[in-house]
Amino acid sequence: MTAAVEVADLVKHYPKSTRNAVDGLSFRVRHGEIFGLLGPNGAGKTTTVGILTTRIVLTGGSATIGGVDVARDPVAARSKVAVVPQRVNLDRSLNARQNLLFHASYHGIGRSERHALATRLMERMGLADKSKARIDDLSGGQAQRLMIARALIHRPEVLFLDEPSTGLDPQARLFVHDRVNDLRSEGVTVVLTTHDMEEAEKLSDRVGVVDHGRMLTVDTPTALIRSLPGSGTIDARLRPNGFDSDKLTGLLSDIPGVRRVEAPGGSTALDGVSPETELRLYVDGEPGSLLGPIAAKLHDNDITVSDLSLGSASLEDVFIELTGRDLR
Amino acid sequence: MTGTTQSSIRAFWAVLGRDVFVTGREMPSFLAQVLVQPVALLFIFGKVLGQLGYTQPGYAQILLPGMIALNSFLVALQNTSFPLVLDFSFSREIEDRLLAPLPITWVAVEKMLFGAFRGLFAALLMFPIGLLMLGNVAWDLSGLPFAVLCMVLGSLVGGAVGLTVGAAVPPRRINIMFAVILAPLIFTGASQFPWAQLDQLRWFQVVCAFNPLTYVSEGMRGALLPNVPHMAPWVCLLALLGACVIFGALGIKFFLRRALD
Ligand SMILES: Nc1ncnc2c1ncn2[C@@H]1O[C@H](COP(=O)(O)OP(=O)(O)OP(=O)(O)O)[C@@H](O)[C@H]1O
Ligand SMILES: [Mg+2]
Repeated sequence: MTAAVEVADLVKHYPKSTRNAVDGLSFRVRHGEIFGLLGPNGAGKTTTVGILTTRIVLTGGSATIGGVDVARDPVAARSKVAVVPQRVNLDRSLNARQNLLFHASYHGIGRSERHALATRLMERMGLADKSKARIDDLSGGQAQRLMIARALIHRPEVLFLDEPSTGLDPQARLFVHDRVNDLRSEGVTVVLTTHDMEEAEKLSDRVGVVDHGRMLTVDTPTALIRSLPGSGTIDARLRPNGFDSDKLTGLLSDIPGVRRVEAPGGSTALDGVSPETELRLYVDGEPGSLLGPIAAKLHDNDITVSDLSLGSASLEDVFIELTGRDLR
Repeated sequence: MTGTTQSSIRAFWAVLGRDVFVTGREMPSFLAQVLVQPVALLFIFGKVLGQLGYTQPGYAQILLPGMIALNSFLVALQNTSFPLVLDFSFSREIEDRLLAPLPITWVAVEKMLFGAFRGLFAALLMFPIGLLMLGNVAWDLSGLPFAVLCMVLGSLVGGAVGLTVGAAVPPRRINIMFAVILAPLIFTGASQFPWAQLDQLRWFQVVCAFNPLTYVSEGMRGALLPNVPHMAPWVCLLALLGACVIFGALGIKFFLRRALD
């Protein structure tokens, strides 16, 4: 069976640019899968989506949608895909409902069918009372939902969502997440780009991490987290009793199984009493088995522990591990 | 015919339908946009100056075909270029049509054709208005078919030039577009004077020959007022067809460059 999306050695070089925006990117998305494309700013996510939706011409490599080559047959590819772009591109000369109707007519959907679909989609996107609204009068979240409705009206095989929940409030974000989950049950293939790790983890069957136009890794979120060296964590809250933080960190790092120690919260002074410090220990293997040794070590050094709790790494840790801490 | 071609044709009509729908809704502002200027020109130059005795009797007759030509060419040009500049810059509202299942070239052709339609419509409106304002027109009606042909070609060339300009002008230059492109086109297009009589102003005659509008004006005036000195009809026809092909190709090329990254 052909993949829903197949990208092989994809290269995009923008004219006048010094380096490739996409630089030998490869990945496959299966039918009905929700695939998350993660990456820091400027990693090439939007460019990749642009190529797959025929808006951007590729420089090298190949990209196919359901077996149709986007470079060789863009017209056929366009009827298979839909995209919700990062920026609003609704037709301001038309009202909300007309945006859906005309989009459907471009895609050859008959009159009575497109009216029925428009009504249903407006309702499903929580826009039933906005059908006559002008585009400029819609809020950011409403415009976003309208673009999703527009994308769905021609029943695409693959839906591309470029940062679907940037700028949305928590309610709207949850709403969009629910709609994406609906799509999963309808068997629509979804490719979404995001920086929101929680979102990627929650929605995606598999995620690919992109940086500098290359795919760093592709796997399920769980597998990625498990593969992270030191993927289990233990949070400790303690009174150092005179140990400075370097010494404390060194002490704890010496325990077999502890990979690294970080102080995410810094220390909090408690009215004159010696301050409390919060530390996060990244550990290999089962974190529970290390609770004992850690507690013992701290006790031996007269360090008071007020809390020790288990945690696990998140996709964000994977992301930072792979792409580094530098700002783009 | 393959399935793709069929769906492309359907999409083409739908995209055209969208423009017709939007224009229909904006009819009053469209009419104001296309009529105020030529009617004012016709009124001042054809009526006011004539009655004050500053222009020769008969000048209004020379002016009317020119004004019709001007409208066909210029309205087509403006109605193709201005929306395109905006579309390609901040509004991006054309994107949905660029993602419709039809070749991007066809979208460009649609823009050009629809601009030409609007130009043609504006030109046709000038017929009754001119008749009404000038009272009598002494046209040779046997020349009407050729005049209409020039008008149609004039609109098409206007749409083609509009596509070229609209896709080439960056949005931040839109305000100088009027000064450096539209104004010169209005005044070097032989719509207010017969080109053939410019032999005393040779350099200006040469300048005018580069403006496609000259051939629309001359073709229409020659057909409707055969006694006024004019350019040979075949020259007009050839020049207009040539301009159509050249600017059409150039416009599509620029459009593709803007539409695809
Ligand atoms: N039209 C363009 N012309 C030139 N360079 C571009 C263009 N569009 C994007 N780029 C460059 O290509 C690179 C990738 O950009 P892209 O928009 O694909 O990143 P992204 O992963 O979507 O980032 P973000 O998370 O910020 O949206 C960037 O370095 C960007 O500056
Ligand atoms: Mg982006």
